[in-house]
Amino acid sequence: MGKGMTISEKILTAHTGRETRAGDLCIVPVDGSMATDTTAPLAIKAFGEMGGVRLKDPSRFHLVIDHAAPAPNERIANLHSLMRRFANDQGCALHDIGSGICHQVMVDHRKVQPGDVFMGADSHTPTYGALGAFACGVGSTDLAAVMLTGKIWLKAPATIRILCHGKLPTHSSGKDLALEAVKALTISGATYQAVEYHGTAVEGLSLSQRMTLCNLVAEMGAKTGIVSPKGLELPYPFEATYADQDAVYARTIEIDASSLRPRIAVPDSPDNVDDIERYQGTRITYAFIGSCTNARHDDLRVAADILRGKHIAKGVRLVIAPASRQVLIDALADGTMQTLIEAGATLINSGCGPCVGSHEGVPGDEEVVVSTANRNFKGRMGNPNASIYLGSPATVAASALHGYLTNPAL
Amino acid sequence: MINGRAHRYGDNIDTDRIIPGKYTKTLDISSLADHVMEDLDPHFKQKFRIGDILVAGDNFGCGSSREQAPIALKAAGISCIIARFYARIFFRNAINIGLPVLEVPNHEIQDGDALEIDMENGIVRNLSQGDLHQSTQLPKVMMDIVAEGGLVPYLRKYGDYHID
Repeated sequence: MGKGMTISEKILTAHTGRETRAGDLCIVPVDGSMATDTTAPLAIKAFGEMGGVRLKDPSRFHLVIDHAAPAPNERIANLHSLMRRFANDQGCALHDIGSGICHQVMVDHRKVQPGDVFMGADSHTPTYGALGAFACGVGSTDLAAVMLTGKIWLKAPATIRILCHGKLPTHSSGKDLALEAVKALTISGATYQAVEYHGTAVEGLSLSQRMTLCNLVAEMGAKTGIVSPKGLELPYPFEATYADQDAVYARTIEIDASSLRPRIAVPDSPDNVDDIERYQGTRITYAFIGSCTNARHDDLRVAADILRGKHIAKGVRLVIAPASRQVLIDALADGTMQTLIEAGATLINSGCGPCVGSHEGVPGDEEVVVSTANRNFKGRMGNPNASIYLGSPATVAASALHGYLTNPAL
Repeated sequence: MINGRAHRYGDNIDTDRIIPGKYTKTLDISSLADHVMEDLDPHFKQKFRIGDILVAGDNFGCGSSREQAPIALKAAGISCIIARFYARIFFRNAINIGLPVLEVPNHEIQDGDALEIDMENGIVRNLSQGDLHQSTQLPKVMMDIVAEGGLVPYLRKYGDYHID
Protein backbone atom coordinates (compact mmCIF):
# COMPACT_ATOMS: atom_id res chain seq x y z
CA MET A 1 0.00 0.00 0.00
CA GLY A 2 1.00 3.57 -0.46
CA LYS A 3 2.47 2.64 -3.81
CA GLY A 4 1.57 4.56 -6.93
CA MET A 5 -1.15 3.56 -9.31
CA THR A 6 -1.41 2.67 -12.98
CA ILE A 7 -3.90 4.52 -15.20
CA SER A 8 -6.33 1.57 -15.02
CA GLU A 9 -6.16 1.47 -11.22
CA LYS A 10 -6.84 5.20 -11.04
CA ILE A 11 -9.84 5.07 -13.37
CA LEU A 12 -11.32 2.06 -11.55
CA THR A 13 -10.69 3.68 -8.16
CA ALA A 14 -12.50 6.83 -9.33
CA HIS A 15 -15.46 4.72 -10.48
CA THR A 16 -15.79 2.32 -7.56
CA GLY A 17 -15.22 5.00 -4.94
CA ARG A 18 -12.66 2.88 -3.12
CA GLU A 19 -9.01 2.09 -3.62
CA THR A 20 -8.91 -0.49 -6.40
CA ARG A 21 -5.66 -2.32 -7.11
CA ALA A 22 -4.62 -5.00 -9.57
CA GLY A 23 -6.30 -8.26 -8.58
CA ASP A 24 -9.27 -6.66 -6.77
CA LEU A 25 -12.69 -7.89 -7.82
CA CYS A 26 -15.06 -5.01 -8.29
CA ILE A 27 -18.44 -3.97 -9.62
CA VAL A 28 -17.92 -0.91 -11.76
CA PRO A 29 -20.46 1.65 -12.99
CA VAL A 30 -20.17 1.91 -16.77
CA ASP A 31 -20.15 5.32 -18.49
CA GLY A 32 -21.00 4.05 -21.94
CA SER A 33 -21.65 0.84 -23.84
CA MET A 34 -22.16 -0.27 -27.40
CA ALA A 35 -23.13 -3.29 -29.50
CA THR A 36 -22.96 -4.02 -33.24
CA ASP A 37 -25.03 -6.03 -35.69
CA THR A 38 -22.90 -9.08 -34.83
CA THR A 39 -23.44 -8.80 -31.08
CA ALA A 40 -26.56 -6.67 -30.49
CA PRO A 41 -29.23 -9.20 -31.54
CA LEU A 42 -27.98 -11.72 -28.95
CA ALA A 43 -27.59 -8.93 -26.37
CA ILE A 44 -31.16 -7.71 -26.96
CA LYS A 45 -32.39 -11.30 -26.60
CA ALA A 46 -30.44 -11.84 -23.36
CA PHE A 47 -31.63 -8.47 -22.01
CA GLY A 48 -35.24 -9.60 -22.46
CA GLU A 49 -34.53 -13.01 -20.91
CA MET A 50 -32.98 -11.30 -17.89
CA GLY A 51 -36.31 -9.58 -17.34
CA GLY A 52 -35.10 -6.31 -18.84
CA VAL A 53 -37.89 -3.95 -19.85
CA ARG A 54 -36.19 -0.55 -20.03
CA LEU A 55 -32.51 0.23 -20.49
CA LYS A 56 -30.86 1.47 -17.29
CA ASP A 57 -29.83 4.64 -19.13
CA PRO A 58 -30.68 4.93 -22.86
CA SER A 59 -28.40 7.97 -23.23
CA ARG A 60 -25.36 5.79 -22.45
CA PHE A 61 -26.14 2.92 -24.83
CA HIS A 62 -25.42 2.82 -28.57
CA LEU A 63 -26.27 0.44 -31.36
CA VAL A 64 -24.12 0.46 -34.49
CA ILE A 65 -24.88 -1.31 -37.76
CA ASP A 66 -21.40 -1.79 -39.20
CA HIS A 67 -20.41 -5.45 -39.57
CA ALA A 68 -22.65 -6.33 -42.53
CA ALA A 69 -23.94 -2.98 -43.68
CA PRO A 70 -25.92 -2.54 -45.88
CA ALA A 71 -27.50 -5.94 -45.31
CA PRO A 72 -26.35 -8.57 -47.81
CA ASN A 73 -29.38 -10.87 -47.33
CA GLU A 74 -32.83 -11.05 -45.74
CA ARG A 75 -31.58 -12.83 -42.61
CA ILE A 76 -29.22 -9.99 -41.73
CA ALA A 77 -31.73 -7.36 -42.90
CA ASN A 78 -34.14 -8.72 -40.29
CA LEU A 79 -31.50 -8.48 -37.56
CA HIS A 80 -30.93 -4.85 -38.55
CA SER A 81 -34.69 -4.27 -38.34
CA LEU A 82 -34.70 -5.77 -34.86
CA MET A 83 -31.96 -3.32 -33.80
CA ARG A 84 -33.83 -0.35 -35.28
CA ARG A 85 -37.05 -1.34 -33.50
CA PHE A 86 -35.23 -1.78 -30.20
CA ALA A 87 -33.57 1.65 -30.49
CA ASN A 88 -36.90 3.22 -31.34
CA ASP A 89 -38.68 1.54 -28.41
CA GLN A 90 -35.92 2.28 -25.90
CA GLY A 91 -34.89 5.76 -27.04
CA CYS A 92 -31.22 4.84 -27.42
CA ALA A 93 -28.97 5.91 -30.29
CA LEU A 94 -28.89 3.85 -33.46
CA HIS A 95 -25.98 4.52 -35.79
CA ASP A 96 -27.31 3.08 -39.02
CA ILE A 97 -25.52 1.90 -42.17
CA GLY A 98 -22.98 4.38 -43.48
CA SER A 99 -22.27 5.86 -40.04
CA GLY A 100 -19.06 3.90 -39.90
CA ILE A 101 -17.24 1.40 -37.74
CA CYS A 102 -18.53 1.36 -34.16
CA HIS A 103 -15.25 2.44 -32.56
CA GLN A 104 -14.71 5.34 -34.94
CA VAL A 105 -18.35 6.40 -34.51
CA MET A 106 -18.03 6.44 -30.70
CA VAL A 107 -14.91 8.62 -30.91
CA ASP A 108 -16.18 10.91 -33.72
CA HIS A 109 -19.41 11.56 -31.82
CA ARG A 110 -17.65 11.92 -28.45
CA LYS A 111 -19.61 9.09 -26.87
CA VAL A 112 -16.50 8.11 -24.95
CA GLN A 113 -14.30 10.53 -23.01
CA PRO A 114 -10.93 10.41 -21.26
CA GLY A 115 -11.24 8.66 -17.88
CA ASP A 116 -14.43 6.80 -18.81
CA VAL A 117 -15.16 3.14 -18.21
CA PHE A 118 -16.63 1.83 -21.47
CA MET A 119 -17.87 -1.68 -22.37
CA GLY A 120 -18.30 -2.61 -26.00
CA ALA A 121 -19.62 -5.85 -27.43
CA ASP A 122 -16.71 -5.97 -29.84
CA SER A 123 -13.19 -7.18 -29.11
CA HIS A 124 -11.54 -4.00 -30.42
CA THR A 125 -13.22 -1.77 -27.84
CA PRO A 126 -9.85 -1.10 -26.11
CA THR A 127 -9.29 1.32 -29.02
CA TYR A 128 -10.68 4.10 -26.77
CA GLY A 129 -7.60 3.81 -24.59
CA ALA A 130 -6.18 6.30 -27.10
CA LEU A 131 -8.33 8.88 -25.30
CA GLY A 132 -7.27 7.62 -21.88
CA ALA A 133 -10.43 5.60 -21.27
CA PHE A 134 -10.62 2.17 -19.63
CA ALA A 135 -12.43 0.27 -22.37
CA CYS A 136 -12.98 -3.49 -22.64
CA GLY A 137 -14.49 -5.85 -25.15
CA VAL A 138 -17.24 -8.10 -23.79
CA GLY A 139 -19.68 -10.63 -25.19
CA SER A 140 -23.39 -10.15 -25.75
CA THR A 141 -24.62 -11.44 -22.38
CA ASP A 142 -22.16 -9.31 -20.37
CA LEU A 143 -23.33 -6.37 -22.47
CA ALA A 144 -26.98 -7.22 -21.76
CA ALA A 145 -26.14 -7.06 -18.06
CA VAL A 146 -24.67 -3.57 -18.58
CA MET A 147 -27.87 -2.57 -20.41
CA LEU A 148 -29.89 -3.83 -17.44
CA THR A 149 -27.78 -2.75 -14.45
CA GLY A 150 -25.43 -0.05 -15.78
CA LYS A 151 -22.60 -2.07 -14.26
CA ILE A 152 -20.00 -4.76 -14.98
CA TRP A 153 -18.05 -7.03 -12.65
CA LEU A 154 -14.36 -7.34 -13.32
CA LYS A 155 -11.01 -8.05 -11.80
CA ALA A 156 -8.81 -4.95 -11.81
CA PRO A 157 -5.98 -5.87 -14.17
CA ALA A 158 -2.27 -5.81 -13.56
CA THR A 159 -0.56 -3.65 -16.19
CA ILE A 160 2.22 -4.29 -18.68
CA ARG A 161 4.13 -1.13 -19.56
CA ILE A 162 5.40 -0.74 -23.11
CA LEU A 163 8.10 1.91 -23.21
CA CYS A 164 8.68 3.25 -26.71
CA HIS A 165 11.95 5.14 -26.99
CA GLY A 166 13.08 7.53 -29.70
CA LYS A 167 10.92 8.65 -32.58
CA LEU A 168 9.40 6.63 -35.43
CA PRO A 169 11.18 6.94 -38.79
CA THR A 170 9.23 8.71 -41.57
CA HIS A 171 7.87 5.60 -43.25
CA SER A 172 7.00 3.75 -40.07
CA SER A 173 3.73 4.40 -38.27
CA GLY A 174 1.73 3.55 -35.19
CA LYS A 175 0.74 0.33 -36.95
CA ASP A 176 4.35 -0.80 -37.25
CA LEU A 177 4.91 0.00 -33.58
CA ALA A 178 1.73 -1.84 -32.60
CA LEU A 179 2.70 -4.93 -34.64
CA GLU A 180 6.14 -4.94 -33.03
CA ALA A 181 4.49 -4.83 -29.60
CA VAL A 182 2.14 -7.71 -30.53
CA LYS A 183 5.18 -9.70 -31.60
CA ALA A 184 6.98 -8.93 -28.33
CA LEU A 185 4.01 -9.92 -26.17
CA THR A 186 2.57 -12.67 -28.44
CA ILE A 187 -1.09 -13.37 -29.05
CA SER A 188 -1.72 -14.37 -25.45
CA GLY A 189 1.00 -12.41 -23.64
CA ALA A 190 -1.27 -9.80 -22.09
CA THR A 191 -4.21 -12.08 -21.21
CA TYR A 192 -6.24 -10.62 -18.30
CA GLN A 193 -3.83 -7.67 -18.14
CA ALA A 194 -3.89 -4.03 -19.19
CA VAL A 195 -1.28 -2.54 -21.49
CA GLU A 196 0.01 1.01 -21.01
CA TYR A 197 2.03 2.72 -23.74
CA HIS A 198 4.62 5.29 -22.64
CA GLY A 199 7.69 7.00 -24.04
CA THR A 200 8.84 9.66 -26.44
CA ALA A 201 7.78 7.70 -29.52
CA VAL A 202 4.12 7.74 -28.48
CA GLU A 203 4.03 11.26 -27.06
CA GLY A 204 4.14 12.75 -30.53
CA LEU A 205 1.46 10.48 -31.99
CA SER A 206 -1.94 11.74 -33.12
CA LEU A 207 -5.20 10.43 -31.69
CA SER A 208 -5.60 8.28 -34.81
CA GLN A 209 -2.20 6.61 -34.38
CA ARG A 210 -2.88 6.10 -30.68
CA MET A 211 -6.14 4.39 -31.62
CA THR A 212 -4.15 1.96 -33.78
CA LEU A 213 -1.87 1.17 -30.82
CA CYS A 214 -4.77 0.47 -28.46
CA ASN A 215 -6.77 -1.38 -31.12
CA LEU A 216 -4.11 -4.08 -31.43
CA VAL A 217 -3.89 -4.85 -27.70
CA ALA A 218 -6.85 -7.14 -28.52
CA GLU A 219 -4.29 -9.21 -30.44
CA MET A 220 -2.24 -9.64 -27.24
CA GLY A 221 -5.28 -10.88 -25.31
CA ALA A 222 -5.31 -7.73 -23.14
CA LYS A 223 -8.31 -6.59 -21.13
CA THR A 224 -7.61 -2.99 -22.09
CA GLY A 225 -4.89 -0.77 -23.52
CA ILE A 226 -4.22 2.85 -22.73
CA VAL A 227 -1.71 5.33 -24.15
CA SER A 228 -0.36 7.69 -21.51
CA PRO A 229 -2.09 11.00 -22.33
CA LYS A 230 1.17 12.95 -22.36
CA GLY A 231 1.17 14.86 -25.64
CA LEU A 232 -2.43 13.95 -26.46
CA GLU A 233 -4.31 16.67 -28.32
CA LEU A 234 -8.10 16.62 -28.48
CA PRO A 235 -10.45 19.18 -29.99
CA TYR A 236 -12.04 19.76 -26.57
CA PRO A 237 -10.78 20.39 -23.03
CA PHE A 238 -10.25 17.24 -20.98
CA GLU A 239 -8.84 16.01 -17.71
CA ALA A 240 -5.98 13.59 -18.31
CA THR A 241 -5.30 10.61 -16.03
CA TYR A 242 -1.57 9.86 -15.73
CA ALA A 243 0.11 6.87 -14.13
CA ASP A 244 2.03 7.62 -10.94
CA GLN A 245 5.83 7.65 -11.20
CA ASP A 246 5.96 4.75 -8.74
CA ALA A 247 3.08 2.77 -10.25
CA VAL A 248 3.54 -1.00 -10.01
CA TYR A 249 3.79 -2.84 -13.35
CA ALA A 250 3.67 -6.57 -13.95
CA ARG A 251 6.48 -6.14 -16.47
CA THR A 252 8.00 -3.60 -18.83
CA ILE A 253 8.73 -4.11 -22.52
CA GLU A 254 11.06 -1.65 -24.26
CA ILE A 255 10.97 -0.87 -27.96
CA ASP A 256 13.43 1.37 -29.79
CA ALA A 257 11.10 3.11 -32.25
CA SER A 258 13.92 4.98 -34.01
CA SER A 259 15.20 1.84 -35.68
CA LEU A 260 11.76 0.33 -36.36
CA ARG A 261 11.37 -0.49 -40.04
CA PRO A 262 7.99 -1.31 -41.56
CA ARG A 263 6.51 -4.52 -40.13
CA ILE A 264 4.31 -7.16 -41.64
CA ALA A 265 2.19 -9.82 -39.88
CA VAL A 266 2.52 -13.05 -41.83
CA PRO A 267 -0.33 -15.62 -42.13
CA ASP A 268 -2.08 -16.93 -39.99
CA SER A 269 -1.55 -14.99 -36.78
CA PRO A 270 -1.21 -11.28 -35.95
CA ASP A 271 1.79 -11.99 -33.70
CA ASN A 272 3.69 -13.62 -36.56
CA VAL A 273 5.44 -10.31 -37.24
CA ASP A 274 8.55 -9.73 -39.29
CA ASP A 275 10.49 -7.07 -41.19
CA ILE A 276 8.73 -6.49 -44.52
CA GLU A 277 12.10 -6.72 -46.27
CA ARG A 278 12.01 -10.49 -45.76
CA TYR A 279 8.78 -10.73 -47.74
CA GLN A 280 9.50 -8.03 -50.32
CA GLY A 281 8.36 -9.31 -53.72
CA THR A 282 5.59 -11.66 -52.50
CA ARG A 283 2.84 -11.41 -55.12
CA ILE A 284 -0.52 -10.00 -54.00
CA THR A 285 -3.81 -9.67 -55.83
CA TYR A 286 -5.90 -7.89 -53.23
CA ALA A 287 -5.10 -4.85 -51.06
CA PHE A 288 -7.48 -3.61 -48.39
CA ILE A 289 -7.38 -0.29 -46.55
CA GLY A 290 -10.05 -0.40 -43.89
CA SER A 291 -11.09 -1.56 -40.41
CA CYS A 292 -11.08 0.04 -36.96
CA THR A 293 -7.30 -0.33 -36.98
CA ASN A 294 -6.30 1.85 -39.95
CA ALA A 295 -8.95 3.58 -42.07
CA ARG A 296 -8.93 7.10 -40.70
CA HIS A 297 -8.28 10.30 -42.60
CA ASP A 298 -4.53 10.31 -41.94
CA ASP A 299 -4.31 6.66 -43.04
CA LEU A 300 -6.07 7.44 -46.32
CA ARG A 301 -3.81 10.47 -46.84
CA VAL A 302 -0.69 8.36 -46.43
CA ALA A 303 -2.04 5.98 -49.08
CA ALA A 304 -2.99 8.87 -51.38
CA ASP A 305 0.49 10.38 -51.11
CA ILE A 306 1.98 7.09 -52.34
CA LEU A 307 -0.56 6.61 -55.15
CA ARG A 308 -0.95 10.23 -56.35
CA GLY A 309 -0.73 10.45 -60.14
CA LYS A 310 -0.03 6.69 -60.39
CA HIS A 311 -2.12 3.57 -60.84
CA ILE A 312 -2.27 0.33 -58.89
CA ALA A 313 -0.64 -2.68 -60.57
CA LYS A 314 -2.48 -4.73 -63.15
CA GLY A 315 -4.18 -7.71 -61.56
CA VAL A 316 -4.50 -6.02 -58.17
CA ARG A 317 -7.67 -4.62 -56.66
CA LEU A 318 -7.50 -2.04 -53.91
CA VAL A 319 -10.62 -1.84 -51.73
CA ILE A 320 -11.10 1.10 -49.38
CA ALA A 321 -13.66 1.25 -46.57
CA PRO A 322 -13.33 4.57 -44.69
CA ALA A 323 -13.68 4.20 -40.92
CA SER A 324 -16.69 6.52 -40.70
CA ARG A 325 -18.89 8.95 -42.52
CA GLN A 326 -16.85 11.79 -41.01
CA VAL A 327 -13.64 10.24 -42.34
CA LEU A 328 -15.22 9.92 -45.79
CA ILE A 329 -16.39 13.56 -45.72
CA ASP A 330 -12.90 14.73 -44.73
CA ALA A 331 -11.24 12.55 -47.39
CA LEU A 332 -13.63 13.88 -50.04
CA ALA A 333 -13.11 17.49 -48.97
CA ASP A 334 -9.34 17.56 -49.39
CA GLY A 335 -9.17 15.45 -52.55
CA THR A 336 -7.70 12.37 -50.83
CA MET A 337 -10.54 10.17 -52.03
CA GLN A 338 -10.33 11.49 -55.57
CA THR A 339 -6.61 10.69 -55.67
CA LEU A 340 -7.24 7.13 -54.46
CA ILE A 341 -10.06 6.46 -56.88
CA GLU A 342 -8.08 7.89 -59.81
CA ALA A 343 -5.32 5.48 -58.84
CA GLY A 344 -7.75 2.58 -59.29
CA ALA A 345 -9.14 2.11 -55.76
CA THR A 346 -12.67 0.79 -55.21
CA LEU A 347 -14.59 2.68 -52.54
CA ILE A 348 -17.02 0.70 -50.41
CA ASN A 349 -19.32 1.65 -47.57
CA SER A 350 -17.95 2.90 -44.25
CA GLY A 351 -18.04 -0.15 -42.01
CA CYS A 352 -16.15 -3.29 -41.06
CA GLY A 353 -16.44 -4.63 -44.60
CA PRO A 354 -13.94 -7.26 -45.75
CA CYS A 355 -12.06 -7.36 -42.39
CA VAL A 356 -14.59 -9.71 -40.85
CA GLY A 357 -15.62 -11.74 -43.92
CA SER A 358 -19.33 -11.07 -43.54
CA HIS A 359 -20.16 -9.73 -46.95
CA GLU A 360 -18.15 -7.38 -49.18
CA GLY A 361 -14.73 -8.17 -50.57
CA VAL A 362 -14.22 -11.85 -49.79
CA PRO A 363 -10.94 -13.15 -51.31
CA GLY A 364 -10.86 -16.19 -53.59
CA ASP A 365 -8.97 -19.45 -53.05
CA GLU A 366 -5.17 -19.12 -53.04
CA GLU A 367 -5.39 -15.33 -53.13
CA VAL A 368 -2.82 -13.32 -51.21
CA VAL A 369 -4.20 -10.25 -49.44
CA VAL A 370 -2.35 -7.34 -47.86
CA SER A 371 -4.53 -5.48 -45.41
CA THR A 372 -4.43 -2.65 -42.87
CA ALA A 373 -6.78 -4.60 -40.57
CA ASN A 374 -6.06 -6.39 -37.31
CA ARG A 375 -6.45 -10.14 -37.81
CA ASN A 376 -5.08 -12.59 -40.34
CA PHE A 377 -6.48 -15.77 -38.85
CA LYS A 378 -7.33 -18.46 -41.35
CA GLY A 379 -10.76 -17.70 -42.80
CA ARG A 380 -10.91 -14.25 -41.24
CA MET A 381 -11.95 -12.51 -44.47
CA GLY A 382 -14.45 -15.22 -45.33
CA ASN A 383 -12.26 -17.74 -47.13
CA PRO A 384 -9.97 -20.21 -45.30
CA ASN A 385 -8.04 -20.79 -48.54
CA ALA A 386 -6.76 -17.21 -48.80
CA SER A 387 -3.67 -15.80 -47.01
CA ILE A 388 -3.67 -12.42 -45.27
CA TYR A 389 -0.68 -10.19 -44.53
CA LEU A 390 -1.17 -7.21 -42.20
CA GLY A 391 0.70 -3.94 -42.52
CA SER A 392 0.45 -0.18 -42.32
CA PRO A 393 -1.51 1.96 -44.80
CA ALA A 394 1.82 2.95 -46.39
CA THR A 395 2.80 -0.70 -46.83
CA VAL A 396 -0.58 -1.64 -48.29
CA ALA A 397 -0.60 1.32 -50.71
CA ALA A 398 2.99 0.67 -51.86
CA SER A 399 2.20 -3.03 -52.31
CA ALA A 400 -0.96 -2.25 -54.34
CA LEU A 401 1.12 0.03 -56.54
CA HIS A 402 3.68 -2.66 -57.36
CA GLY A 403 1.57 -5.82 -57.13
CA TYR A 404 3.83 -7.39 -54.52
CA LEU A 405 4.66 -6.79 -50.87
CA THR A 406 6.69 -3.61 -50.83
CA ASN A 407 8.62 -1.72 -48.19
CA PRO A 408 7.15 1.82 -48.39
CA ALA A 409 10.46 3.25 -47.20
CA LEU A 410 12.23 2.22 -50.40
CA MET B 1 -20.43 -35.62 -13.16
CA ILE B 2 -19.54 -35.47 -16.86
CA ASN B 3 -18.21 -38.53 -18.68
CA GLY B 4 -16.95 -38.23 -22.22
CA ARG B 5 -14.29 -38.74 -24.82
CA ALA B 6 -11.66 -36.05 -25.40
CA HIS B 7 -11.13 -34.38 -28.76
CA ARG B 8 -7.75 -32.72 -28.54
CA TYR B 9 -6.90 -29.51 -30.41
CA GLY B 10 -3.89 -27.22 -30.17
CA ASP B 11 -2.99 -23.73 -28.94
CA ASN B 12 -4.48 -20.35 -29.89
CA ILE B 13 -7.69 -21.66 -31.47
CA ASP B 14 -9.29 -18.35 -32.46
CA THR B 15 -13.00 -17.59 -32.65
CA ASP B 16 -12.81 -17.24 -36.45
CA ARG B 17 -11.92 -20.92 -36.52
CA ILE B 18 -14.59 -21.86 -33.97
CA ILE B 19 -17.31 -20.09 -35.94
CA PRO B 20 -16.38 -17.98 -39.00
CA GLY B 21 -17.70 -14.38 -39.02
CA LYS B 22 -19.82 -15.06 -42.09
CA TYR B 23 -22.10 -17.33 -40.05
CA THR B 24 -22.40 -15.27 -36.88
CA LYS B 25 -25.21 -12.90 -37.87
CA THR B 26 -28.14 -15.04 -36.79
CA LEU B 27 -30.36 -15.91 -33.85
CA ASP B 28 -30.80 -19.43 -35.26
CA ILE B 29 -28.61 -21.38 -32.87
CA SER B 30 -28.79 -24.66 -34.79
CA SER B 31 -27.29 -22.98 -37.87
CA LEU B 32 -24.25 -22.09 -35.74
CA ALA B 33 -23.78 -25.73 -34.73
CA ASP B 34 -23.80 -26.69 -38.42
CA HIS B 35 -20.58 -24.71 -39.04
CA VAL B 36 -18.72 -25.02 -35.74
CA MET B 37 -14.95 -25.62 -36.13
CA GLU B 38 -15.29 -26.24 -39.89
CA ASP B 39 -12.20 -24.23 -40.91
CA LEU B 40 -10.10 -25.95 -38.24
CA ASP B 41 -11.28 -29.50 -38.72
CA PRO B 42 -13.62 -30.28 -41.64
CA HIS B 43 -14.41 -33.67 -40.03
CA PHE B 44 -15.41 -32.19 -36.69
CA LYS B 45 -19.11 -32.83 -37.11
CA GLN B 46 -18.65 -36.48 -38.07
CA LYS B 47 -16.16 -37.19 -35.29
CA PHE B 48 -17.98 -35.49 -32.51
CA ARG B 49 -20.68 -37.24 -30.49
CA ILE B 50 -23.04 -35.46 -28.13
CA GLY B 51 -21.52 -35.33 -24.67
CA ASP B 52 -17.93 -35.45 -25.90
CA ILE B 53 -15.34 -33.12 -24.37
CA LEU B 54 -13.34 -30.52 -26.27
CA VAL B 55 -9.74 -30.26 -25.05
CA ALA B 56 -7.30 -27.54 -26.09
CA GLY B 57 -3.96 -26.06 -25.15
CA ASP B 58 -3.20 -22.40 -24.46
CA ASN B 59 -5.38 -19.37 -25.17
CA PHE B 60 -8.50 -21.12 -26.42
CA GLY B 61 -11.03 -18.75 -28.02
CA CYS B 62 -8.78 -15.79 -28.78
CA GLY B 63 -9.86 -13.04 -31.14
CA SER B 64 -13.38 -11.78 -31.58
CA SER B 65 -15.85 -11.15 -28.75
CA ARG B 66 -18.51 -13.14 -30.61
CA GLU B 67 -20.57 -15.07 -28.10
CA GLN B 68 -21.66 -17.19 -31.04
CA ALA B 69 -18.41 -19.16 -30.50
CA PRO B 70 -19.33 -20.79 -27.15
CA ILE B 71 -23.01 -20.88 -28.22
CA ALA B 72 -22.06 -22.87 -31.34
CA LEU B 73 -19.97 -25.32 -29.28
CA LYS B 74 -22.76 -25.74 -26.75
CA ALA B 75 -25.35 -26.22 -29.50
CA ALA B 76 -23.12 -28.88 -31.09
CA GLY B 77 -23.53 -30.91 -27.92
CA ILE B 78 -20.14 -30.38 -26.29
CA SER B 79 -20.49 -31.22 -22.62
CA CYS B 80 -17.41 -29.37 -21.40
CA ILE B 81 -14.23 -27.63 -22.56
CA ILE B 82 -10.85 -28.12 -20.92
CA ALA B 83 -7.96 -25.82 -21.85
CA ARG B 84 -4.65 -24.85 -20.28
CA PHE B 85 -6.01 -21.29 -20.35
CA TYR B 86 -8.59 -19.26 -22.25
CA ALA B 87 -8.80 -15.88 -23.92
CA ARG B 88 -10.64 -13.73 -21.43
CA ILE B 89 -13.73 -12.75 -23.43
CA PHE B 90 -14.36 -16.35 -24.54
CA PHE B 91 -14.06 -17.57 -20.95
CA ARG B 92 -16.56 -15.00 -19.65
CA ASN B 93 -18.92 -15.70 -22.54
CA ALA B 94 -18.86 -19.45 -21.92
CA ILE B 95 -19.60 -19.01 -18.21
CA ASN B 96 -22.32 -16.46 -19.03
CA ILE B 97 -24.17 -18.83 -21.38
CA GLY B 98 -23.80 -21.84 -19.07
CA LEU B 99 -21.23 -23.83 -21.06
CA PRO B 100 -18.98 -25.72 -18.62
CA VAL B 101 -15.34 -24.61 -19.04
CA LEU B 102 -12.38 -25.67 -16.94
CA GLU B 103 -8.91 -24.19 -16.87
CA VAL B 104 -6.39 -26.98 -16.23
CA PRO B 105 -2.94 -25.41 -16.64
CA ASN B 106 -0.72 -28.48 -17.01
CA HIS B 107 -2.95 -31.14 -18.50
CA GLU B 108 -1.52 -33.63 -20.99
CA ILE B 109 -4.85 -34.99 -22.20
CA GLN B 110 -4.59 -36.79 -25.55
CA ASP B 111 -7.08 -37.21 -28.36
CA GLY B 112 -9.48 -40.04 -27.55
CA ASP B 113 -8.79 -40.15 -23.77
CA ALA B 114 -11.79 -41.08 -21.63
CA LEU B 115 -12.45 -38.36 -19.03
CA GLU B 116 -14.59 -38.12 -15.95
CA ILE B 117 -15.19 -34.59 -14.69
CA ASP B 118 -16.48 -33.56 -11.30
CA MET B 119 -17.64 -30.02 -12.16
CA GLU B 120 -18.55 -29.10 -8.61
CA ASN B 121 -15.03 -29.67 -7.33
CA GLY B 122 -13.18 -28.95 -10.58
CA ILE B 123 -11.57 -32.39 -10.74
CA VAL B 124 -10.68 -33.99 -14.07
CA ARG B 125 -9.96 -37.73 -13.94
CA ASN B 126 -8.22 -39.08 -17.03
CA LEU B 127 -9.37 -42.71 -17.12
CA SER B 128 -7.13 -43.55 -20.09
CA GLN B 129 -3.91 -42.23 -18.52
CA GLY B 130 -4.90 -42.91 -14.93
CA ASP B 131 -4.17 -39.43 -13.61
CA LEU B 132 -6.10 -36.61 -12.00
CA HIS B 133 -6.06 -32.83 -12.44
CA GLN B 134 -7.48 -29.98 -10.41
CA SER B 135 -8.85 -26.98 -12.31
CA THR B 136 -8.15 -23.36 -11.39
CA GLN B 137 -10.61 -21.97 -8.86
CA LEU B 138 -13.05 -19.35 -10.16
CA PRO B 139 -13.74 -16.04 -8.41
CA LYS B 140 -16.86 -16.18 -6.19
CA VAL B 141 -19.00 -14.10 -8.56
CA MET B 142 -18.25 -16.52 -11.41
CA MET B 143 -19.04 -19.53 -9.22
CA ASP B 144 -22.38 -17.92 -8.40
CA ILE B 145 -23.08 -17.37 -12.11
CA VAL B 146 -22.11 -21.00 -12.85
CA ALA B 147 -24.34 -22.20 -10.00
CA GLU B 148 -27.32 -20.43 -11.56
CA GLY B 149 -26.55 -21.84 -15.02
CA GLY B 150 -25.40 -18.56 -16.58
CA LEU B 151 -25.67 -14.80 -16.31
CA VAL B 152 -29.26 -14.65 -17.60
CA PRO B 153 -30.71 -16.84 -14.80
CA TYR B 154 -28.32 -15.18 -12.31
CA LEU B 155 -29.65 -11.69 -13.07
CA ARG B 156 -33.22 -12.91 -13.37
CA LYS B 157 -32.86 -14.21 -9.82
CA TYR B 158 -30.81 -11.42 -8.21
CA GLY B 159 -31.58 -8.42 -10.43
CA ASP B 160 -28.07 -7.07 -9.86
CA TYR B 161 -24.50 -8.19 -9.22
CA HIS B 162 -23.36 -9.02 -5.74
CA ILE B 163 -19.76 -9.53 -4.63
CA ASP B 164 -18.79 -10.17 -1.02
